[in-house]
Amino acid sequence: MSVGTPPPSGPSQVQPRALNCPKCGAAITLHSFGQAVTVVCASCRSILDAQDPNLAILQQFEAATHDVKPLIPLGTRGKLRGTDYEVTGFQRRSTQIDGITYDWHEYVLFNPYKGIRYLSEYHGHWNDISICKTLPTADFSGANYLGETYKHFQSADANTDFVLGEFPWQVRVGEKAAVSDYVHPPRVLSSEKLDKEVTWSIGEYMYGREIWDSFKLSGEPPEALGVYENQPSPVTINVTGMWVAFAAFAVLLLALMAVFDMRAKKEPVLQETYQFNGADLKSEPSFVSDEFALDGGTSTVQVKTSAPVDNHWIYVNYALINQDTGQAWDFGREVSYYHGYDSDGSWSEGSRTDSVVIPSVPAGRYYLRIEPEVDPSLRSTPYSVTVIRDVPVFGIYGIAFLALLVPVVIISFRAYTFERSRWSESDHPPMELSSLSNSSGDDE
Amino acid sequence: MSQTVANCPNCGAKIVFRWSSSVQTVCEYCKSILVRSDVDLKKVGQVADLPPDSSPIQINTEGQYGNKAFVVVGRILYEYDQGGWNEWHIMMNDGASAWLSDAQSEYALSSSLKASDLPAAAAVQVGQQFTWNNQRYTVSVVTPAHYRGVEGELPFQYWDKTKVTFVDLRTASRKFATLDYSDPEPALYLGEFVEFDDLKLKNLRSFEGW
Repeated sequence: MSVGTPPPSGPSQVQPRALNCPKCGAAITLHSFGQAVTVVCASCRSILDAQDPNLAILQQFEAATHDVKPLIPLGTRGKLRGTDYEVTGFQRRSTQIDGITYDWHEYVLFNPYKGIRYLSEYHGHWNDISICKTLPTADFSGANYLGETYKHFQSADANTDFVLGEFPWQVRVGEKAAVSDYVHPPRVLSSEKLDKEVTWSIGEYMYGREIWDSFKLSGEPPEALGVYENQPSPVTINVTGMWVAFAAFAVLLLALMAVFDMRAKKEPVLQETYQFNGADLKSEPSFVSDEFALDGGTSTVQVKTSAPVDNHWIYVNYALINQDTGQAWDFGREVSYYHGYDSDGSWSEGSRTDSVVIPSVPAGRYYLRIEPEVDPSLRSTPYSVTVIRDVPVFGIYGIAFLALLVPVVIISFRAYTFERSRWSESDHPPMELSSLSNSSGDDE
Repeated sequence: MSQTVANCPNCGAKIVFRWSSSVQTVCEYCKSILVRSDVDLKKVGQVADLPPDSSPIQINTEGQYGNKAFVVVGRILYEYDQGGWNEWHIMMNDGASAWLSDAQSEYALSSSLKASDLPAAAAVQVGQQFTWNNQRYTVSVVTPAHYRGVEGELPFQYWDKTKVTFVDLRTASRKFATLDYSDPEPALYLGEFVEFDDLKLKNLRSFEGW
């Protein structure tokens, strides 16, 4: 042997292994190279030992249904999180919960440098899954992984029903693993216990569209049905944070109201008490008040009307008239107060005082024209009229408050209904749903 | 880097030691397993053909761990009932020896730690906890494996082993520990899982179609 350049250790390029099924002779190529531990013969459904040079037959299975076709065909390559992966394996798994069979699909993805990851698909919901490299801690209610808390969602037995392609583990049809899922949307942490070995994996929710784009698949991805365990909520904002912000805004509104209330002069410019006499009905019902001055700039003017009515009403037609320009503001106010007692207890309606604010009244000399009308059953009553200049207006704050409250309530409701749909499928359904399913269970 | 050069006692080929502390190497030509004594090399065995292997790493692959560069100088291949894995013997550029394991493209770096009072293999149970270097480790799995083959330079003699028991210990972080029961005296390795991209590996094997 020459003492020249050493031969490379092993072939310079790793080739896919081409073999033949020992059972039926069909050609089998190992696409995941030495990482294939088991391989399924596509023509005779034998599960073969891919590590054995002669491909020893490990198991032969009958496909219960022949129409199990992967949505992503074996051999398809796609880019996931920046790395090219090839679909090398596919399995259908199922679980039985309350007598109902649920099944889902899992895809084995392979890259010779980055190794294996998985995709799962259930009713159009996808997850990108990899094996945990650090060990989560878990109990019955939840789990902790990399400092994040996951809530227990469901524990069930997962059966392997159908397999295709290559697997980096000893896959067998009919094998049953105990699976527990813990969620922290968009992630799901799963433990899978087979015999004594527990494998933890971490999945992240993916939309069918992303899968279709990654693997350049034709057609449309299957529609996602219902809400999946780790599907991200359409409400992306933190609902608690939103309420905190809302509360802060409400406090700000109150502070603004207090500031404007303090800054308002609230200057009384007219305060008169008049007497209405039913006996004088024939006389002219309209009269004018004393003159009063509104000093300073344009401001609000509040007119208060009060009368000691008791199951009666009085109605006053007002005109606020500018002595100099003749500009007038006409308005009518009613003061009525009714009360009584009925089968529901005592009740009352109305008030003995009425108040109205006229916005933007220019400075000047003014008087009120007053025209009272009174409940015919009321013979006579005193009533007083108060005019106050520069009062704060709070109505706009109420509108602002409502304008913010309504979306906050709607968003909270949407978040709540989404989470309720999510958890209704779990081992921990919301209260009213669990009692419903219990009662329907009794009927069966 | 000082290299020690010798000749294969079996075929006469040149044997270059990349790592001065290597105790064992394999002749690249005749696959003789050679053990170094004070003066010469002695053939102690012969490597059977290694099974087809899919590790992207090979002897002479270079990489980086933290701020240290390393080169792969040797390898032990193990098998267990779920497949196999490689322990690549690497030499850091500061002369230290460490191991880069590749189990189905899950990569981890570890190095030997001298520790006393290591538990006997039979006494270890899954879930049991140990503390080394102020870090708590939990036993996750006990793996009976067997030695399948060697390549390149190793820091100890490793050619006549058969059954080996490994105890894997995990933590809540990327750190892990391995108890190696190859020898009567257990050995402890502490390390951490690493990302393929972070190792910045060069001189890798290529794969057809990739």
